[in-house]
Amino acid sequence: MALKDSSEAIFSESPGKIALRILRKDKRSIISLSILGVIVFLSFMAPVFSHFIADTNPFESTLNATINVHGVETAVLQPSTTGLGLGVTPIGPTWNIRSYFLGADGQGRDVMARLLYGGRSTLIIGTTAGLLCIFFSLLIGIVAGYRRGWIDAVLSRILDIIWAFPVYLLAISLSVVLLTSGLTIGFIHLGPGSFALPILIIGVVYIPYVARPIRAQVLALREREFVRAAVGSGAKHSTIIFREILPNVMPSVIVFIPIIVSLSMLTESALSFLSIGVQPPAASWGTIINDGLALLYTRPIVGLAPGLMIVFTAAALNLYGDAVRDALDPKTRARGD
Amino acid sequence: MHRHTKVLSSAMGVAALLVSALVGTSSASAATSAPLAPYDAKHAGGTVTLVAQAAAGTLDPKVNYTAEFWQLYQATYDGLLTFSYGTGATTFQVVPDLAEALPATSNGGKTLTFRLRSGIKFSDGKPVTVADVKASFERIFKVSSPTAGSFYNGIVGADACLAKPATCKLDKGVVVDAAKNTVVINLKAADETILSKLAVPHAVINPASAPSKDAGTTIIPTTGAYMFKSYDPNKALVMVRNPYYKEWSHQAQPQGYPDQILYKFGITPTAQVTAVENNQANWGYDPIPADRLNEIGTKYASQVHVNPLTAMWYLPMNVNIAPFNNLKARQAVNYAIDRAAMVKIFGGTQLAGPVCSFLPPNFPGHVDFCGYTKGATPAKPAKAWTAPDLALAKQLVKESGTAGQAVGIVVSDDDVNKQMGVYLQSVLTSIGYKATVKPISGNIQFTYIQNTSNKVQISVTQWYQDYPAASDFLDVLLGCASFTPKSDSSINMSGYCNKALDAKMTKAKTLGLTDPVAANKMWGAIDQEVMADAPVAVVFTPKQLDFISSGTKNYLFSLQYKMFVSQIQVK
Repeated sequence: MALKDSSEAIFSESPGKIALRILRKDKRSIISLSILGVIVFLSFMAPVFSHFIADTNPFESTLNATINVHGVETAVLQPSTTGLGLGVTPIGPTWNIRSYFLGADGQGRDVMARLLYGGRSTLIIGTTAGLLCIFFSLLIGIVAGYRRGWIDAVLSRILDIIWAFPVYLLAISLSVVLLTSGLTIGFIHLGPGSFALPILIIGVVYIPYVARPIRAQVLALREREFVRAAVGSGAKHSTIIFREILPNVMPSVIVFIPIIVSLSMLTESALSFLSIGVQPPAASWGTIINDGLALLYTRPIVGLAPGLMIVFTAAALNLYGDAVRDALDPKTRARGD
Repeated sequence: MHRHTKVLSSAMGVAALLVSALVGTSSASAATSAPLAPYDAKHAGGTVTLVAQAAAGTLDPKVNYTAEFWQLYQATYDGLLTFSYGTGATTFQVVPDLAEALPATSNGGKTLTFRLRSGIKFSDGKPVTVADVKASFERIFKVSSPTAGSFYNGIVGADACLAKPATCKLDKGVVVDAAKNTVVINLKAADETILSKLAVPHAVINPASAPSKDAGTTIIPTTGAYMFKSYDPNKALVMVRNPYYKEWSHQAQPQGYPDQILYKFGITPTAQVTAVENNQANWGYDPIPADRLNEIGTKYASQVHVNPLTAMWYLPMNVNIAPFNNLKARQAVNYAIDRAAMVKIFGGTQLAGPVCSFLPPNFPGHVDFCGYTKGATPAKPAKAWTAPDLALAKQLVKESGTAGQAVGIVVSDDDVNKQMGVYLQSVLTSIGYKATVKPISGNIQFTYIQNTSNKVQISVTQWYQDYPAASDFLDVLLGCASFTPKSDSSINMSGYCNKALDAKMTKAKTLGLTDPVAANKMWGAIDQEVMADAPVAVVFTPKQLDFISSGTKNYLFSLQYKMFVSQIQVK
């Protein structure tokens, strides 16, 4: 009886609703979304934290600043007082949320505040670049797969060319070139420090990895009976694409989203780590890891904290991606998972 | 000279002026001025291992212009003159090397006569002759040595050689007599710094058969205690004893201690420190990473040597484009920067000292003054820098009408330079500019900031003395002749050209031939006039920190070439 009810429920719901229902019950989905939610919330609260809690400007160098730690006035950058007195070490974590919770970096800036701002940058760039990539991949994949012929040939060759370059090599090359003087397309100018540059670069380099599977899927769909029927009945191309092709491609696209966003975020961090992504004094998790590299022996937390944030975010996105894939997979649904 | 293209010399007359100032300022090394101790054969033998992140390019001594390899050339190649081995200011002294004595001068200082020592052989067994000397001077131009046009353009016939290097002949400039074994160098005009210029590696004597183009990784026979055995820029450079070497001057080219000197490349700076700590290397070339300084300064204090350098970190401002074509804007930067903060970024007060005069402390012509510190003006300078004056800086920016303008700060992309750039960005933003940092590869930054086509507004760079004469700073870096628009080789990065000051510099150079003391006084006055114009903001003078392994003995520091590698003892 219960089986009958369940089957009826399944057949009366749209695939999207079924997937959502499955996702709501999936522990992986709940855990990953919770982690992502916390990270996104904290990152977007960065200005609030800096202004109202830590009372600090995370983009301003404060090399001669002092703070009160347990009643003692302490320099944020502390010259060595032992041995030969060589070197200057930033203050470590105070574990006081109002004052250098995670300590200072080499410029005397609050690492916690920069970590939150960095998260904002990384998430914005990663998500925007990922969505940009998905949008253009979908466009290219559908146009190439549906129109076939010379349009497909040209688009596929362009994708092949981009694919021929290793992702990071291409991203680094584009970054190095574009970061010198920015990018000008007609009347639009993207300055060297603009977030739009890494978004564009990262968005472009991953297009073939999404567009090609979509194109292949569209090519297959193009030959399916229901599409042929639509063509035979004289439906417009736009109608066929939006009513027949797109709904069948969307599950794959939805599965791609968390994966590509995760990859974009990692790429942004890598580029920023190499000083060719987000430009100083702006922060991203990659730039903070770069800052922390010079403090690895004395203040490892400066590099470790953004590293852990990247790990948690990427893991959560990938976990969520797995859950979404399973939720949209008819075979999984049929198993009653 | 730039950090990676550093080193050089001393004019004998002015060297004495440095003695009192330069000695005894190191925190962990003995820098008293003394000649080299007699050779102690019982310490001979073993392999000295040096490590660096990268090789320094060509091995050709007439082309290479880096501190990394100039340090090695002193133990391998010889010129007619060289800088003395020893300690402290002794190492600034120019002494005869392949020449029997310092030159006899005549014709108002325009003719220098040397007698070549007999019996010296190259490492391939061939004797050193006066023909090799002449060919070597011609080779300076044939290989387009980086200093051909600046150090040796005063030799008679140099102009033609500079115009057509391939067919360079110095028949009138370098006249040799094989029978008398003499070499006469004729100059177009007397040059107060010529002895120093003849003592640097670009003037060493190579066999006449040496290639007339950059030898690259090809090894040119040496005359010194060591010769190069092999060189792979991606792996290592190996130096072994020169079988034909016999000590002719303990001051100029003393016998070395190790049997072999192995220079390994591809070792990161932090790995270098670890290697030295573990006795896997004797010394590392690259600056110690900031986060290892405290560690070596406490755990390994006895193995650390800090020595003074006559050098500066400074910020050239382009006086020909906005906003720094405005005097008040340039002065604002000078007032705004917290030099103590920048010293912190460099590693603290033990490794650098804030300054705002162009000539470094303890340098010929240096005067203690700072017109850009709190409570001072260029007209009424203080003795030393004490604190920035942000309020005055903001006021100057406002008065200049340049507030709100975009300023790009071009820095090298290594950690310290980048941190300096980030700090500057913060300061310039605080005084009213829209500042951005542009870190670019260290391999190209130094030439990039010289080229006016790149429209660099302000940058972070360094200058290390070539020889201890004020002209090597003021004239070389800010003289009109050093500014060549649209050239990668325009060392006057500010594009500053003040004809009146140029005339004064020429006068000071001439005066230096007869009255070095009066000349240096004049240079001091020129320094103050230049800084009133503020084409640059001088930040601090750095020190050299050497970290050696516990098994490394007989560390000796040359003010010219840094650590003497051939004098290290591992036995």
